[in-house]
Amino acid sequence: MSDIKVPTVAELAANGKSPDILFWVGCAGSYDDRYKKVTLAFVKILHEVGINFAVLGPEESCTGDPARRAGNEFLFQMQAMANIQTLNGYEIKKIVTACPHCFNTLKNEYPELGGNYDVIHHSEFLQQLIDDGRVKLKDGGTFRGKRITYHDSCFLGRANNVYEAPRKVLEALDVELVEMKRCGVNGLCCGAGGAQMFKDAEPGKKDINVERTEEALATGANTVAVACPFCMTMMSDGMKAKEKEEEVEVLDLAEMIVEAKGL
Amino acid sequence: MAIISQIVFAVLLLVFLVILTMRIRRIKSNIQLGRSGGPVGDKGKRWSNVILLAFGQKKMFKKIVPAVFHFFIYAGFILINIEVLEIILDGLLGTHRLFAPFLGGFYAILISFFELLAWLVIVACVIFLIRRNILKTPRFVKPEMKGWPALDANLILIIEIVLMAAILSMNAADQVLQDRGIGHYVLTGSFAFTSFLKPVFDGLAAGPLMLVERTAWWFHIIGIFAFAIYVTYSKHLHIFMSFPNTYYSRLTPQGQMDNMPEITNEVKIMLGMPVDGEASPPPEGMRFGAKDINDLTRKNLMDAYSCTECGRCTAECPANLTGKKLSPRKIIMDTRDRMEEVGYSIQKGGKGLEDGRSLLGDYITKEEINACTNCNACVEACPVGINPLDVILQLRRYVSMEESGSPAAWNAMFSNIETNFAPWKFSAQDRFAWADTLKNKT
Ligand code: SF4
Ligand code: SF4
Repeated sequence: MSDIKVPTVAELAANGKSPDILFWVGCAGSYDDRYKKVTLAFVKILHEVGINFAVLGPEESCTGDPARRAGNEFLFQMQAMANIQTLNGYEIKKIVTACPHCFNTLKNEYPELGGNYDVIHHSEFLQQLIDDGRVKLKDGGTFRGKRITYHDSCFLGRANNVYEAPRKVLEALDVELVEMKRCGVNGLCCGAGGAQMFKDAEPGKKDINVERTEEALATGANTVAVACPFCMTMMSDGMKAKEKEEEVEVLDLAEMIVEAKGL
Repeated sequence: MAIISQIVFAVLLLVFLVILTMRIRRIKSNIQLGRSGGPVGDKGKRWSNVILLAFGQKKMFKKIVPAVFHFFIYAGFILINIEVLEIILDGLLGTHRLFAPFLGGFYAILISFFELLAWLVIVACVIFLIRRNILKTPRFVKPEMKGWPALDANLILIIEIVLMAAILSMNAADQVLQDRGIGHYVLTGSFAFTSFLKPVFDGLAAGPLMLVERTAWWFHIIGIFAFAIYVTYSKHLHIFMSFPNTYYSRLTPQGQMDNMPEITNEVKIMLGMPVDGEASPPPEGMRFGAKDINDLTRKNLMDAYSCTECGRCTAECPANLTGKKLSPRKIIMDTRDRMEEVGYSIQKGGKGLEDGRSLLGDYITKEEINACTNCNACVEACPVGINPLDVILQLRRYVSMEESGSPAAWNAMFSNIETNFAPWKFSAQDRFAWADTLKNKT
């Protein structure tokens, strides 16, 4: 891990430079211990490939997605306006993020408030790097032939029709992709969307993440690939609830690439 | 004699049309209780939705078995209407099988085709009755289906069977009369799917036979009139509403929530930013989010009239699947029930929206809307372009912004965002700490 630079946009600007792409880390990517590993993995890939990127660092702030989904439109718009001021101030054109919720909000909901950016999810970005030959996975590396299932994030899938990119990345890793009973457009939610991440579930028979984890386990996969910080939490918790956390790993696509390439 | 039946028919037709018009007006004014939406835009995409979803039943075909049988009923319904046109003209003009002489040999082929459809409709309805009442397919026996909704569904299937049986007996009796060369019974050639029923009626003398044929004829057409009126009170209204409803379905990405421009203005004022146009405060009495049906959009209300109560949304809902109270179908059914309640009250000169009741609270509880994960599975599943999530989100906005009644954990999340700019209680200063483990941050 030698000398990986994570410049902030402010630092670049001070030197009269600007990034080609802004990496929007998101709250989970910044604070959640598990997802910080995904942030680091993605940064390693950006560094390895030599992308001219930067982060907002301390200037980043919640997109407002959980507030909006929970009904607090005021708070959402306050957050959005502040972020848009920052982003427009730095003349940001292109954004990549590893969070489907940030992705959806930045891409679909900021334009109406004056923030127009070319927003891309890290799964799509990784797919492009692979397609362009900038990330080379010789024979797939460590994941070759492993039985892996992919859990669709609702905010990536149904919300934005991104189903292909994550699967293409897995294909490049040469894994044996096994789909769950409900996948793609019919994929079952992990249970965290719509601000559920931030409160307990209503009374019911079962937790949604346990239901989904059971489906993942039924595929016989030994790794569950995810592309969302909330799915990561929910599926990892689900594995613990089923006492399978030793046998079945829950990994983000970026982490898999880093591991496969031994970065 | 003939003239009397013509007059009776004309009067019936007129009464039917008057009632139908009144019902359509009622439904229209109920929908207009809602907020009007913005400009529709992109007509091409909208028409393609109508063609794919409504005409083509694209989403129905996600479940192939019901889709095929439903398609029989759908095709039967649309095509048999051509025969209804002939029946109406015959009734008014005092003719019998008006089209037969014009179409020649093709007439028998056409009628045979309708008969085939009629049989397929009967088969499909019987299978659907079995699925609902004997196999008890889970999505048909959820709590919101108890009582009237279940009865409504069964009634429709039974009425359809009876109407089809009438048309088939009418044709069979007609052919026996033709064979005997009686009266005005035009020779049409044999009908493929009722001629085998002729022996049933062969034993009857001409008089009773004509009575059977006429009774079946009248029964069929009056039945159709009555059914058309009944449909306007029933979930079966989707046979008309699915067309406009798919046209007006939103074209934006499913993940995108509608913006609230009235709030944008307030936020801009708070942040000292320039405001576009007149910076007028929101109108008196305007509510943020939705408490009752008049706060919802007209599309939401049109959704409610388009719902077939099929439960495909609820069957896919992660909250419902795991035993939570939330059912997206119930959200839509409640919206319709409340809208009908208000509309009926207004019609009677009653209190209407001011009756002290509301959609949120009296129909839909917070427990239901709080359980939604915004996963869009319901939206994706709905064959007629309904968006239950949109209603849920508007209700949540009301609870949060007008009542400050969100769950305590959400209120805590809000204050975290306000103070730490993250939904968790972490210091804003530590936002960039994740990079500390890298040797050289900059
Ligand atoms: S969006 Fe909400 S109501 Fe619709 S299926 Fe998902 S959890 Fe259920
Ligand atoms: S909302 Fe759509 S999917 Fe749900 S019951 Fe009504 S018609 Fe069926």
